[in-house]
Amino acid sequence: MDFQTRSMRLNKIRRNATNYFVSSLSVLATIAVVIPLIAILFYLVYKGASSLNLAFFTKPPAPVGEPGGGMANAIVGSGIILMLASLMGIPIGIAAGVYLAEFGRGKPFATAVRFTADVLNGVPSIVMGISIYSLIVVRQKHFSALAGGVALAIMMIPTITRTTEEMLATVPHAIREAALGLGVPKWRTVVSVSLRTASPGIITGCMLAFARVAGETAPLLFTAFGNQFWSLKLTEPIAALPLQIYVYAISPYDEWHRLAWAGSLVLIAMIMVSVTLVRIFANRGVLKGGS
Amino acid sequence: MGVGILVEDLNAWYGTNHTLQDINLHIPANHATALIGPSGCGKSTFVRCLNRMHETNPIARATGIVKMGEVDIYKDASPVEIRRRVGMVFQRPNPFPTMSIYDNVVSGLKLNGFRNRRVLDETVERSLKQAALWEEVKDELKKKSGASLSGGQQQRMCIARALAVDPEVLLMDEPASALDPVSTSKIEDLIFQLKSQYTIVIVTHNMQQAARVAENTGFFLNGKMVEFDSTHKIFTNPKDKRTEDYITGRFG
Repeated sequence: MDFQTRSMRLNKIRRNATNYFVSSLSVLATIAVVIPLIAILFYLVYKGASSLNLAFFTKPPAPVGEPGGGMANAIVGSGIILMLASLMGIPIGIAAGVYLAEFGRGKPFATAVRFTADVLNGVPSIVMGISIYSLIVVRQKHFSALAGGVALAIMMIPTITRTTEEMLATVPHAIREAALGLGVPKWRTVVSVSLRTASPGIITGCMLAFARVAGETAPLLFTAFGNQFWSLKLTEPIAALPLQIYVYAISPYDEWHRLAWAGSLVLIAMIMVSVTLVRIFANRGVLKGGS
Repeated sequence: MGVGILVEDLNAWYGTNHTLQDINLHIPANHATALIGPSGCGKSTFVRCLNRMHETNPIARATGIVKMGEVDIYKDASPVEIRRRVGMVFQRPNPFPTMSIYDNVVSGLKLNGFRNRRVLDETVERSLKQAALWEEVKDELKKKSGASLSGGQQQRMCIARALAVDPEVLLMDEPASALDPVSTSKIEDLIFQLKSQYTIVIVTHNMQQAARVAENTGFFLNGKMVEFDSTHKIFTNPKDKRTEDYITGRFG
């Protein structure tokens, strides 16, 4: 065996070994990412599933000392607050992102908006709660579902704005030119071509923002406040799952601890179901085979 | 039917870069006119001034007169109106990736709010037949995404899309430069057939292509139009030394 083939063979072994090592690392990293998620899910099911029954989904909490009761009001309340937050946060977030990507390129105002969004993204959620408390709750003189919705909406906006901007930036310029060249007005090009092409990414951004605020407790403490009774009024304090979980989890009663676990399970399930539904709905009618 | 274009003292800038200088030119109706010249000579900028796409770039600006028939496109009409009368085919096929073949072809109508199903159906068939693509795609018009076609098919679909809004002028900015020779010859055949109904302006780097499809040819160099004449004259007996140097391959 001459020297050259020998060194080539060594090279090949080294190359394959490196390849195998790096591939294994990335598989390990993937497993490390997935394990905590699965572990949390299993633990929630283990701790919470036994307390799930019909009453949990149909009854408000029972008074202290009485057995039974559920979190129906908190489930509905969370739904209402998140609906309010999405109705306000998603349109404003997307509109701001469209401005940054399509109309504000290079303008000082756009730079200011972008900077503000990034700072807003870093504001601790408890600070958001206190701010909305002083801006809305103090003036209205009572806690309300609306105040909770506003707090969560403001937390959603920066994520949605920045994702929208970045997704629009990935839409090729040639496609915009195609539309403009057909005599389509700019606003129509933005809505029907740019936004439509970028929509999968924008929907993902909205879902990320939604899932993030769905579990927020701190901004709701001084805004939605929580409620032990049924209330659907937007101007009254309203129950929310994270608040109810918080109250039950720090209580001294075992029964309430179990309900807190069940509530956590339901909260995660609600987030997963809504994200999945939106994905299925958004993917309907999308043509296959595009590049 | 096509319409003639009269260009007087057209100047264009990108920022401080004076990319077109004092262009004067008459483009006859229902003929194909080729524009040749080295990269960066301003021929693309010129066609983009003919449908006011030039000004979609925020730092771009243009002065002068461009008359389409009786209409001064910079004075008497909005950019949107002009672009409906002057179709454009770009260098690289640019289908709308989220739309079916059908929706791509009638996108100019649909995006402007036109919804009559029967007319849309007829327009799709007519435009795809004009673009010689009908037979290849007629069975999967609504099933397939426009982006799933081959490059040459995509470009013919883009031509159909431009024709669907019933323009009078068709601008083609190197329409075949990203395509293989078979697709290129299909596009050339198409130009040959279409020029009886539309005024066609085609930018090309390929001088044989200009010779094959166009009655008249203009030679651009460094933002100026050096020579404009019948294609035969330009390629056999050019007046200007620079034109001769270019077509004989001595530079560019």
